Amino acid sequence: MRRRYLLGAGLAIMVAGMAQSALAQSGEIKIGEINSYSLLPAFTEPYRKGWQLALEEVNAAGGINGKKLVVVSKDDSGKPADATTAANELVSSEKVVMLTGTFLSNIGLAVSDFANQKKVFFLAAEPLTDAITWSKGNRYTFRLRPSNYMQAAMLAEAAAKLPAKRWATVAPNYEYGQSAVAVFKKLMSEKRPDIQWVDEQWPPFGKLDAGPVVQAIAASNPEAILNVTFGADLVKFVREGNTRGLFKDRAVVSFLTGEPEYLDPLKEETPVGWIVTGYPWYDIKTPDHDKFIKAYQAKFNDYPRLGSIVGYQTIKAAAAILIKANSEDPEKMIAAAEGLTMPSPFGEITFRKIDHQSTLGAYVGKTAVKDGKGIMVDSVYRDGKDYLPSDAEVSKMRPKD
Amino acid sequence: MAFYFVQFLTGLASAASLFLVASGLSIIFGVTRIVNFAHGAFYMLGAYVAFTLTERFSGALGFWAGIVVASLVVAVVGVLVEMVLLRRIYHAPELFQLLATFGLTLMVQDLVVMIWGPNDLLGRRAPGFRGAVEFFGQNIPTYDLFLIALSPIVLGLLWLLFQRTRWGVLVRAATQDRDMVAALGVNQKWLFTSVFALGVFLAALGGALQIPRDAVHHALDLRIIVDVFVVVVIGGLGSIIGAFVAAVLVSELNAFGILIFPKISIILVFLVMAVVLIVRPWGLFGKQEAPARRTPGLTVNPWRPLSQGERIAAWAGLAVAAMLPLVSGDYALTVGSEIAIFVIFAASLHFLMSVGGLASFGHAAYFGLGAYGIAFLAKMAGLPMIACLLLGPLLGCLGAAIFGFFAVQLSGVYFAMLTLAFAQIVWSIAFQWVAVTGGDNGILGLWPEKWAAGPASFYWLSIGIAALAVAALRIITFSPFGYALRATRDSLLRSEAIGIDAKRIQWTAFVIAGTVAGVAGALFAYLKGSVFPDSLGISLSVDALVMVLLGGVETVSGAVIGAIVYKMLSIWLVSQTDLSKLVLGGVIVLMVVAFPKGIVGMLETLRNLRRRSEPAKPALLKSRIEGAE
Amino acid sequence: MSTAPTLLSVEGLSKSYGGVHAVREVSFALRAGEILALIGPNGAGKSTCFDMLNGQTTPGAGRISLLGGDTTGKKPREIWRLGVGRTFQITATFPTMTVRENVQVALVSYGRQLFNLWASTPRFARDEAGRLLELVGMSGYAERPCGELAYGDLKRLELAIALANQPKLLLMDEPTAGMAPRERIDLMRLTAGIAREKSIGVLFTEHDMDVVFEHADRILVLNRGSLIAEGSPEEVRRNPQVRAIYLGEGLVYDARHREGLPS
Repeated sequence: MRRRYLLGAGLAIMVAGMAQSALAQSGEIKIGEINSYSLLPAFTEPYRKGWQLALEEVNAAGGINGKKLVVVSKDDSGKPADATTAANELVSSEKVVMLTGTFLSNIGLAVSDFANQKKVFFLAAEPLTDAITWSKGNRYTFRLRPSNYMQAAMLAEAAAKLPAKRWATVAPNYEYGQSAVAVFKKLMSEKRPDIQWVDEQWPPFGKLDAGPVVQAIAASNPEAILNVTFGADLVKFVREGNTRGLFKDRAVVSFLTGEPEYLDPLKEETPVGWIVTGYPWYDIKTPDHDKFIKAYQAKFNDYPRLGSIVGYQTIKAAAAILIKANSEDPEKMIAAAEGLTMPSPFGEITFRKIDHQSTLGAYVGKTAVKDGKGIMVDSVYRDGKDYLPSDAEVSKMRPKD
Repeated sequence: MAFYFVQFLTGLASAASLFLVASGLSIIFGVTRIVNFAHGAFYMLGAYVAFTLTERFSGALGFWAGIVVASLVVAVVGVLVEMVLLRRIYHAPELFQLLATFGLTLMVQDLVVMIWGPNDLLGRRAPGFRGAVEFFGQNIPTYDLFLIALSPIVLGLLWLLFQRTRWGVLVRAATQDRDMVAALGVNQKWLFTSVFALGVFLAALGGALQIPRDAVHHALDLRIIVDVFVVVVIGGLGSIIGAFVAAVLVSELNAFGILIFPKISIILVFLVMAVVLIVRPWGLFGKQEAPARRTPGLTVNPWRPLSQGERIAAWAGLAVAAMLPLVSGDYALTVGSEIAIFVIFAASLHFLMSVGGLASFGHAAYFGLGAYGIAFLAKMAGLPMIACLLLGPLLGCLGAAIFGFFAVQLSGVYFAMLTLAFAQIVWSIAFQWVAVTGGDNGILGLWPEKWAAGPASFYWLSIGIAALAVAALRIITFSPFGYALRATRDSLLRSEAIGIDAKRIQWTAFVIAGTVAGVAGALFAYLKGSVFPDSLGISLSVDALVMVLLGGVETVSGAVIGAIVYKMLSIWLVSQTDLSKLVLGGVIVLMVVAFPKGIVGMLETLRNLRRRSEPAKPALLKSRIEGAE
Repeated sequence: MSTAPTLLSVEGLSKSYGGVHAVREVSFALRAGEILALIGPNGAGKSTCFDMLNGQTTPGAGRISLLGGDTTGKKPREIWRLGVGRTFQITATFPTMTVRENVQVALVSYGRQLFNLWASTPRFARDEAGRLLELVGMSGYAERPCGELAYGDLKRLELAIALANQPKLLLMDEPTAGMAPRERIDLMRLTAGIAREKSIGVLFTEHDMDVVFEHADRILVLNRGSLIAEGSPEEVRRNPQVRAIYLGEGLVYDARHREGLPS
């Protein structure tokens, strides 16, 4: 009947719309950005503010060798398949020279694979999975944020100094949680052959039934707990654990909990003394960070989260790569990015040639409560370059280009 | 020993919130037969409103009054929804209300972020129930004890309400036989509205009572809705005591299950439901439903094959679509391919739903199995693309053959929920079995071979297969098998009396639909170059349902239009705005009200109106519609 | 007629629900071409009896043999395959199909084409379906949607469907229920004519005594699950027990039927 005609007509209208936007103005250089804005607004809103600030700064400083930098941003609604559609739109019709962004690991991997297939430069911003630079790494993909392995190594370093021998773990039951626990266990067992793993809990991500889980961990009577839950799961775990006294006289080591995104919702119920990775923005006294935070607060009248740093540095890094490459050829961009060193609010970072991982680090410290809010104290910056496996190990894991 | 007792209490506390929400859903379904997808949204709204009220009015009175007032406020919202939206569509085909409430859910997800902001919110602890009591060295939160006491109280109050009031008697009567109550001259409108209000109140109360132990955030609704459906079905639809028993059963199995299998939570409720439904097809406390509301039978215009002219038009349409690569860029072609793939997927579900009357809530399972079939064949066996495309869908076929065998033993909502359970089981296998499926990181690098790699070639391949699939399903619809399938849908009694083995026919249809869905999944894997557990997930199953309902479930090929419209709209919206859910939900709600028979159903009605100036409605149809209103 | 072969024989058929005997020790036989009525007051066990014969309900005890073979406990569709057509008290047809298609589906099933995915049903056995519709006087309605039919026409359609498998036995549960008096007589005349012509045995239950006494060759009377009388209409009419039941219980049928009363 007429239905296929409708299809054709509809598509023709879409095409017409796209043709317009595809007319990239000369004197502009476009990069594409994809993130889970609708699914995870709590994390992606600060991230967006971060990159908007960076974009402003880059263009104020003369853009990309005189051309104005433009970021075309798309939502992926939290689904890898939608992310691929968005990537396609950015590359095919927006004609961007580079893809950036992504938060969830599986979306990062999907876009990374897309980039590899279509030969497009991809700078992954936030996904944590080790696979993206190692087992499933490819030459078109770079990653900014310290990986799962790096964060585990930073925490294991601190955890190994604890006297605790009996450990329990709790982690969301998906790839991120599983690999975080696996890496942490491996690194800990190397440093401390004497420790024992007495219990592990694998609640489904987003659906932690806190009471039974807390109770089950308590039953195994560990001396220390490794926590990988975050977000709403973390809130429930902490509240139930506090009520039931799970954390009393027990050391807790926890991934990401010091990031304002996860720490702030806990308010006065923030547990005290957990060893965490995070971002104590109130406590960082370097000139680069001062400059960043002043500009951020002036522009948005809000304090930064870790996402703000990641978003900011992503666009800064993208600009640095484009300036150095001075070309839209992805091969030239790869050459420019490999080994590229640049400043960041956390200190100098380098994109490693061997696995395309940046050496951006993280702060490790302890949680505390101040004025009814959770904060990190005794924080120390851990430079990412010190928490990566040897080059030999990395090249064994990474497929040959 | 003390530990096991405390773990038991903990399980009871978890059961409490599940029960409150589930009882509301069960009551609503029992009386109105609405599958209220928005129930989770009301739960979430209850939590948000309670958060705001308890933050503003501190103190014990402020807190408890805040909880109750929040539930009442949300119940009022529920009443508005019922009066403004649902009342207009009670006479629409069954499940159409699901579409409306799904649209609402999408809207609410974006609205709460706009109102309350994106961050997780930490509500107050309940005054008087902040701490824990010690029991042989184990701590029991006092709030848990409060919840444990509350749910039998609510159960008792509901029992009194239903046994001792005139209203309750009417509700029970309506649950058993809607038509009878209509015949008794009861004002059904207000009965439905009040029942909906009570159900929403319970959902909101369940949400509000979570604020002392949970975070309030915009994904609360999806987190609970599926579990609640499962609980209601395990207990038996419409049975409140059933909902209570099922909530306790599921929560206790979870509390003790994790001690032995820490990874069991993700799959537990679905396993329980699958087992219960296979053993007791109407849930623990449910009764066999009278096949009263076989609404697809409302179609007055029998289906007919395409006329010569229409056939030519279809060919012409296909030819126009095939010319797209001449005028458009790569992106439009990939979008076109994706739409074509979803046309196949939606058409396969549509076949099952409209011809077979079997509404599957887990059709994505077979789509995803087809996709994983490709991934295994291409990555592990290293087969060429053609071989993969031919063999990959067989995994969908196999899955459909196994699960379909059990599913077709049931009917109606129970069928829907068993298919959902199977889909979730497959999903959690893909999600957890990292060594084989890569877990949620999926399987990458499944790009098409050179001959199909170009966007244009792949587009032609996709629309070619889509045209074949749609044509094949149409041929089957008008084949003797298709008529036999429709016969089982229209009247099981009559079809059995003319020698039709309904289960075998339905099983075959299930396998056909599953295989075609597998074909769509296989193409999808090549289009995206990767496979993730998403492609087995609930949201994809719901997408397919929406496409079918949007197109019109009473039509022969409405899903084709439904898929094109829905997919184009959603791709475009996701690309254009972060508020895609709000807009898409709004569009769905508007369409439901404007086209209660779906888009194609509406077009057909208009055409028939023009053809026959006097649309003589048969007495039977008229009385049914009045009965529904 | 008495020399015609026995189509159906029932021996000691019983069924009870929770201690209540719905049907108790019922035995009878039916010959080819014979029209047999099963009557009795409400709750006498007619429907239960009927449901056991057509496979809807499994008998508690007893034996049903059809054309010499044992069909006790067989499924309705298996019994249909042996050559039994049936109609329902409340009509069961396929409302979304046309009248002709309703018959065609039955013909598809009879021709064992149910799993044929390729042929076009609208063209399948069109003429055969037409002939059956003609037989029941529904030719003019062939292309009408079944959902639009008046109740009496639905009953005729059911008869056409029931005849599709060239049955040797027709089971008709209250064939004239819900019809106007004029239609009742027409439908039963039609049925009886077809049955006699094709030598089909007919077993029917009925409330309308006009219909029963005009068309039945023999009558079975059930009361409280037991067979209390059996014989020709004249014999049954004269049976004092039957009279007692029907008159004593204040009657189950209204004044319109009074002329059909046992007198």
